[in-house]
Amino acid sequence: MTTFLGMPATAPRGVGNLRGDESFPHAARTALGDAQLRRNLHHATTTIRAKSARVIDELPDWQRLRDAGSALKAYTMANLPLLLEQLEERVVAAGGVVHWAADANEANRIVTELVRATGEQRVIKVKSMATQEIGLNEALEAAGIEPVETDLAELIVQLGHDKPSHILVPAIHRNRAEIREIFLREMPGVDPALTDEPAVLAGAARRYLRETFLRTKVAVSGANFAVAETGTLAVVESEGNGRMCLTLPETLITVMGVEKVVPAWQDLEVFLQLLPRASTGERMNPYTSMWTGVTPGDGPQSFHLVLLDNGRSAVLADEVGRQALHCIRCSACLNVCPVYERAGGHAYGSVYPGPIGAILSPMLTGVEDNASLPYASSLCGACFDACPVKIDIPAILVHLRGEHVEAQKRPTPEGIAMAAAAYTMDHPRLYKAAQRAARLSRLAGRRGRGLPPPLNGWTAGRDLPAPPKQTFREWWAGR
Amino acid sequence: MRIALFATCLADTMFPAAAKATVQLLERLGHEVVFPAEQTCCGQMHINTGYQKDAVRLVRRHVRSFAPYDVVVAPSGSCVGAVRHQHAMVARKFDDERLAVRAEDVASRTYELSELLVDVLKVEDVGAYYPHRVTYHPTCHSLRVLRVGDKPLRLLRNVRGLELAELPAAEQCCGFGGTFSIKNADTSTAMLADKMRHVLDTGADVCTAGDSSCLMHIGGGLSRLRTGVRTVHLAEILASTEAS
Repeated sequence: MTTFLGMPATAPRGVGNLRGDESFPHAARTALGDAQLRRNLHHATTTIRAKSARVIDELPDWQRLRDAGSALKAYTMANLPLLLEQLEERVVAAGGVVHWAADANEANRIVTELVRATGEQRVIKVKSMATQEIGLNEALEAAGIEPVETDLAELIVQLGHDKPSHILVPAIHRNRAEIREIFLREMPGVDPALTDEPAVLAGAARRYLRETFLRTKVAVSGANFAVAETGTLAVVESEGNGRMCLTLPETLITVMGVEKVVPAWQDLEVFLQLLPRASTGERMNPYTSMWTGVTPGDGPQSFHLVLLDNGRSAVLADEVGRQALHCIRCSACLNVCPVYERAGGHAYGSVYPGPIGAILSPMLTGVEDNASLPYASSLCGACFDACPVKIDIPAILVHLRGEHVEAQKRPTPEGIAMAAAAYTMDHPRLYKAAQRAARLSRLAGRRGRGLPPPLNGWTAGRDLPAPPKQTFREWWAGR
Repeated sequence: MRIALFATCLADTMFPAAAKATVQLLERLGHEVVFPAEQTCCGQMHINTGYQKDAVRLVRRHVRSFAPYDVVVAPSGSCVGAVRHQHAMVARKFDDERLAVRAEDVASRTYELSELLVDVLKVEDVGAYYPHRVTYHPTCHSLRVLRVGDKPLRLLRNVRGLELAELPAAEQCCGFGGTFSIKNADTSTAMLADKMRHVLDTGADVCTAGDSSCLMHIGGGLSRLRTGVRTVHLAEILASTEAS
């Protein structure tokens, strides 16, 4: 028997759908070659961006709301253990059961056992990033339980045996012709005369989902917020499918990342203003469902809350990076990101795409498991400006690049070149010699001539400038 | 006013015209320009690529070079951004609080060219003459790190002979991002393609910006496509007169 003395040195890292099969540049190349995908993404992100900007401009106190959201999250992270214990106490007092899951595997095991205990073979699901992260659907299927996604876009992804590519609009990479094909092929009882009219497609999904809502006794949800003070859980959504899942079944199981807790009921006034405007570009969220434990005779009579760590404690331990836990999953950073707009969500490998994914995924898994993601940004800063809780994503990207470089055990060619460059630039005489050498490259780097790898990507689409006849300092010295 | 020029390694080595123009412009406005010769590079490339430890010596050199001067100017939003928002961070990361404090001090006196002109020297009409159709690309770091806002545009609007063409989707990144354009060359190229399309849509014969790096990127693409559109640093336009 070992004696446990306080916190382990390193918190466990996240497992589940947080790692891609290939590096970002490689995966992005495939997406960039898909003209239809780029058109879909450009259209969708441009539309959401404009809509969001319009409703944000209406608020005179938007910047102060962002400050408030940021401060509330910083307070929450500084007091996370206490707030989680308070949440647990209040949920239990209200008739719920609380489970703690160290990682994705444990969370999947808990949920699977809870569903098994009901004797049911099917669960309905509210769209949830946490259950995508842990791969709950795959785990349930492996246990012979059928999960049915009830958010329209998530249903399209599920029926298409596909992966989500956007936090808010997971089927952003699909157009309606593709959706019609997926429905015809995969949706039970679908009308074979289905057209690709949006209203017809939505009608088909509605009929299928209504039947499923009425005959399923267990639901699984995520949570947007959990109020420690009251033990109240909150889910916001736009289609009403969430309301059905949260009220009709007998058993409700909610899987929530530990960072989703907020201290007090009143804090929701800030987040419920920030989230819809930054996310869908709406003034107010269409469906906001809140529940506190179990209410006899009304709604699910059995409620379980699974609190998921899966690498979050490790993120919390990172003084610079911990801001990433402030994320409220609005996806504003995706919609403004020029890299996301071109490469799409799948290139990020993880269920968390875009700028937030480029920082969150490597921190949840440890940077070496997602080493290309912190570099998947031009550091243009559009994400930081768009973030409703002011996560300084560019600063965290730079921080993670530093972590990656410092984690290298052996010298890399890039590392040797960088050290040599720094040494040269710290010795003006060597620096001047290097400038002269650059001038000699006038011969090598002429118009249209390619550079050798790893620099050949530049010259594939751009000419190099010819080095000038005289450097600035030579001109200055000669005046 | 006595102003120290932080030329930036890129302008010094590859685009001396931008640094020369900065000198000529400030001297024309009646100021004394000095060039501390021990300066080399601010270390931004190292910092942003993850080599922050290597960057410490460059931060130290930069701080030592510019500490004696009351006002420092650079023809670059990006390099001033590194000085203002990264130098102290890098020093603190490696536990050099003394360097961090000195870096903050130098940063507080360092300005990007349009900031120096509009905020410090209080001039928007620099007496320039530039008879061309020009479009202005607000570089990401001048726009979102330094928040220069419309200062460069106010300066350009006062240039005689200059016809300003508004750039569509101006605030979108051109795709340079330092080593991003090498590590993620395909995505960078896709971003550049859209930026070039917008530049060409304006019908301008000159695309200008406050950063030689972004101009090198956009100019490299425009040159490859043989578009005939030139990239010219903001300082060069502001330094132009009817005599030149």
